[in-house]
Amino acid sequence: MRQPTHNRAPFLFAVTALTSLFMIAPMLLSVLAGLVNNYSVGIKSGFTLRWLQEVWDVYGGTVGWSLAIAAASVAATAAIGVPCAYALARSRSRLARAFEELLTLPVAVPGLATALALILAYGQIAAFRQSFAFILVGHIVFTLPFMVRTVASAFQRNDLVALEEAARTLGASFPQRFLGVLVPAVFPAIVAGGLMVFTLSVGEFNLTWMLHTPLTRTLPVGLADSYASMRIEIGSAYTLVFFIVILPVLWALQALAQLMQKRYGT
Amino acid sequence: MSPRQRLLLAGCAAPAGAFFLAFWLLPVLRLLALPAEKGWGTYFVVLTDGRYMQSMLNTLLLSVAVTLATLVIGATVGIYLARRSFFGKRMLLALLTLPLSFPGVIIGFFVILLGGRQGLVADLSSQLFGERITFAYGLLGLFLAYLYFSLPRAIATYAAAAEAMDLQLEEAARSLGASRLRIVRDVWLPELAPTTVACGAILFATSMGAFGTAFTLASKFEVVPITIYNEFTNYANFALAASLSIALGLATWLALFLTRQFGSSQAMR
Repeated sequence: MRQPTHNRAPFLFAVTALTSLFMIAPMLLSVLAGLVNNYSVGIKSGFTLRWLQEVWDVYGGTVGWSLAIAAASVAATAAIGVPCAYALARSRSRLARAFEELLTLPVAVPGLATALALILAYGQIAAFRQSFAFILVGHIVFTLPFMVRTVASAFQRNDLVALEEAARTLGASFPQRFLGVLVPAVFPAIVAGGLMVFTLSVGEFNLTWMLHTPLTRTLPVGLADSYASMRIEIGSAYTLVFFIVILPVLWALQALAQLMQKRYGT
Repeated sequence: MSPRQRLLLAGCAAPAGAFFLAFWLLPVLRLLALPAEKGWGTYFVVLTDGRYMQSMLNTLLLSVAVTLATLVIGATVGIYLARRSFFGKRMLLALLTLPLSFPGVIIGFFVILLGGRQGLVADLSSQLFGERITFAYGLLGLFLAYLYFSLPRAIATYAAAAEAMDLQLEEAARSLGASRLRIVRDVWLPELAPTTVACGAILFATSMGAFGTAFTLASKFEVVPITIYNEFTNYANFALAASLSIALGLATWLALFLTRQFGSSQAMR
């Protein structure tokens, strides 16, 4: 992009500098606070890993469960979402358009309302209510539109329609066409959608807080608990755990998505 | 389209449809019907009860204020960064958009770290003025927290939009003698109007429905998601929680609808 002739813009620079400070300082502060011996004393109290150890002892399980639920959400939304995206991309009926609109409602409606609805409908089934499956169901309902939308727009590409038509005239059955031609063609979109689903699931709080029980906690739920009831060093150390564990996973997935994009095109 | 093809497509959509029906549509319809069990007036409780009306107004005003502030600051930062290249720019942009993946509770915690009783600002102010200034638990803390989770989205959006801005228009305006402020008003604003409307809508909807941040801050300034949560958890008042959820959803949808109308009417001009 052609850069404009450089004129000094002190006001814009000041706003950008202040904003950057506002956004970055808390992140650094929380990392630091999780590593010092005593927050009120500050750096003078020395560095330690004991808060991280304590967080791992008390909340370690939540990390694994959050990752597991996120991975399961990706698998589930891909399994039911990709065929659905195909149907929505190919269908021209009003019913299909209405269904597409309906599918995006869980995103517009506050997570609390969705959680309330689920509790109202299935809260009586104790085995379901008290399991991680209850949380997983909420996550899938919330993230499904993202997968469907992303993949549906990929399915609508003209060259894909032609490719599918060619395969059909050559005698390929539908499963053969779907698995052999269509899915590989939209694979980058599936990966991009999967990344969105994973990111959303890992950070999801509004739904999960209402649906959780003391035995079924995800990382954000654990974080809220630690902020409310534990000392500030532990809250900070737990936040640091979130950064250390979750962010590299997200970055790796993002790099994977970009790699897919480069190698296979949009 | 042949009937066989139609059947095939229906079969493809069926698993997702069944899941959606069972785990969202039917439960939500049941939720919508719930306030009626306590009488039709329950649906309007947000209008009739002063406490809930206050909560709704709080949420609306906060969301509007946050949206406007975020649009202005986000546009400034996004456009400024898009037009400059310096060492570490990509790193800075990545850091600034990082909070998009944070749950709201972390951002509430950040504000406590900055402005709580043991916060950074309290420490600095006690050294400078001898008095500990805390802002985390009031309206200012809430506003800053909401700003914190809204800015990344605006910065990312405007940085992308800045790529598509027409520099020739700007250069033409400048060569005709327009001041910087004039350029912002007459060139930038119309160019960025569609982006601004779309981004503003997302920001507003996110602020209206935000729960985790307000929950962590436990602020005296009550917003509707917190009210819903309290009604459900403390008083097991399902019907009231349902009614308030509907009111919140409607208010959000109405604001988005009006913005879309305003946006499309601008586009027609």
